[in-house]
Amino acid sequence: MSAIVTIARRELRAYFATPVAFVFIVIFLALSGWFTFYLGGFYERGQADLQPFFTFHSWLYLFLVPAISMRLWAEERKSGSIELLMTLPVSIWDAVLGKFLAAWLFTAVALALTFPIWITVNYLGDPDNGVIVTAYLGSLLMAGAFLAIGSCISAANRNQVVAFIITVVICFLFLLSGFPLVLDFFAGAPQVIVDTIAGLSFLTHFNALSKGVIDLRDVVYFLLVIIAWLYATSIVLEMKKAD
Amino acid sequence: MIKAEGLTKHYGPLTAVDQISFKVEPGEVLGFLGPNGAGKTTTMRMFAGFVPPTAGSAEICGHSIISDALAAKAKLGYLPEGAPSYGEMRPREFLDFVAAIRGYHGDELRTRVGEAVERLNLGTVLNQPIETLSKGFKRRVGLAQAILHDPPVLILDEPTDGLDPNQKHEVRQLIADMSANKIIVISTHILEEVDAVCNRAIIIAHGRILADETPENLIHRSRYHNAVTLRLSRDGDLDAVAADIRAVAGVDHVETRSDARSLTAFPDGDAMILPSIGDLAGEKSWPLEQLQLESGRLDEVFRTITAPDSAAEAA
Ligand SMILES: Nc1ncnc2c1ncn2[C@@H]1O[C@H](COP(=O)(O)OP(=O)(O)O)[C@@H](O)[C@H]1O
Ligand SMILES: [Mg+2]
Repeated sequence: MSAIVTIARRELRAYFATPVAFVFIVIFLALSGWFTFYLGGFYERGQADLQPFFTFHSWLYLFLVPAISMRLWAEERKSGSIELLMTLPVSIWDAVLGKFLAAWLFTAVALALTFPIWITVNYLGDPDNGVIVTAYLGSLLMAGAFLAIGSCISAANRNQVVAFIITVVICFLFLLSGFPLVLDFFAGAPQVIVDTIAGLSFLTHFNALSKGVIDLRDVVYFLLVIIAWLYATSIVLEMKKAD
Repeated sequence: MIKAEGLTKHYGPLTAVDQISFKVEPGEVLGFLGPNGAGKTTTMRMFAGFVPPTAGSAEICGHSIISDALAAKAKLGYLPEGAPSYGEMRPREFLDFVAAIRGYHGDELRTRVGEAVERLNLGTVLNQPIETLSKGFKRRVGLAQAILHDPPVLILDEPTDGLDPNQKHEVRQLIADMSANKIIVISTHILEEVDAVCNRAIIIAHGRILADETPENLIHRSRYHNAVTLRLSRDGDLDAVAADIRAVAGVDHVETRSDARSLTAFPDGDAMILPSIGDLAGEKSWPLEQLQLESGRLDEVFRTITAPDSAAEAA
């Protein structure tokens, strides 16, 4: 347990030792504001909620989260520091979890910094704050799922740019797996498979949460996705750490 | 005690380490000696739990590196080749991190880090990002990290590579100071290092152990062991001297050098030929500039063992 915390703390500090953290947060805040007010028609809708704000989160994450996750393991492998980490008395799972939690906490901080928009909507009208809290939770869970995918891809690649691109593509497929774009590809497959794939869509699960509906199945879905990809990360590391 | 039994690593078709077995006891400083690509780093990485063996097993203080890896790692201080670390961190943060991972906190953490810092003279660079440090300091940060928890077993992969002579001396001194009741394994391709710090040497090439002896015995394997080399002044007659020496009892053969002033006389087996040659020199008043007993040449032994063909050519 304490090893996980120690690793997470080191990782978080590394974000803030370079401009990465600052650049990410500024871009995240600027884009989420811009999407909400211009593309989402925040004022024009005349409704006191944050629906447009959350609608764009999946697309924002699609490009911003892989930028965070790409360095998780690729950088360690490139610099050789992975040899140091993996020869200290920590289990691979602790290391995977520690690094993931640092990245997740970091996106949580970025997400928390969007609070002015919440204040604004409360100032302008009388929104259902329960819905907003649920939506924030859904957004955070989705970010975690993206990060877990990114963690695994980063573990499999020494090159951060390659890790970034592959992560974007896989996350894109997961986002849209409920849509014809992906489903048509499996047109010939048995219905069970098509349904399963459709059920994997991040968007479907996130949309429910962002409308304020807490269905345990959506929460469990994201948690399972996170655990599965983190487990895959540990297996990939076990196999490829020294290559 | 650490031990390897039939330790083997394949990379695809390449056999990097080929059924290596050995044991090391406390107090031993083992030098892993071999040409580049011999499999030294791979062997050490298997001990450190970084590379999984293809076959065979290894133990550190009774803990298997495969089935009991965390306990084995806790007993080990490991310096990976090239001393990698987190470049953006400062040595203090970095050492605190390693100490925390090793389970220290509070006062004990501070004491541990403080001792390591003092031992490696890192006081002046504690707050400078590691990536901006000189090679020597980076290596010392890596060593500090390895000795922090006062481990019973130290495995150091090329601890002095790329250091200047003073720094090399310091690192060797450090190893000597710590060697009393620890197991220390260092890898190197510098022969003098083995002579300077190790009390046991394993020569490996192509993933196999070719020799496992004390550095002294290794030197005795040299054909130069107990040979006598002499140099005449400019007006000496080398051929005449060589002919005289060939007649001395116990001299196997004589090799003259291209400078036409020096020669080496090789003994027959263990024969001690220096006294007779010395006497003869006095008797015949050779114009000697230098007369010396060779203890043996490690580089020659190394070449003979690791690349028999090329050594034969050179001789
Ligand atoms: N990750 C790897 N993948 C493939 N081959 C490797 C890998 N690591 C080492 N080797 C090969 O294994 C052999 C032994 O290497 P190494 O243990 O680094 O030797 P040394 O440390 O004695 O110079 C070399 O031929 C090297 O190219
Ligand atoms: Mg090596």
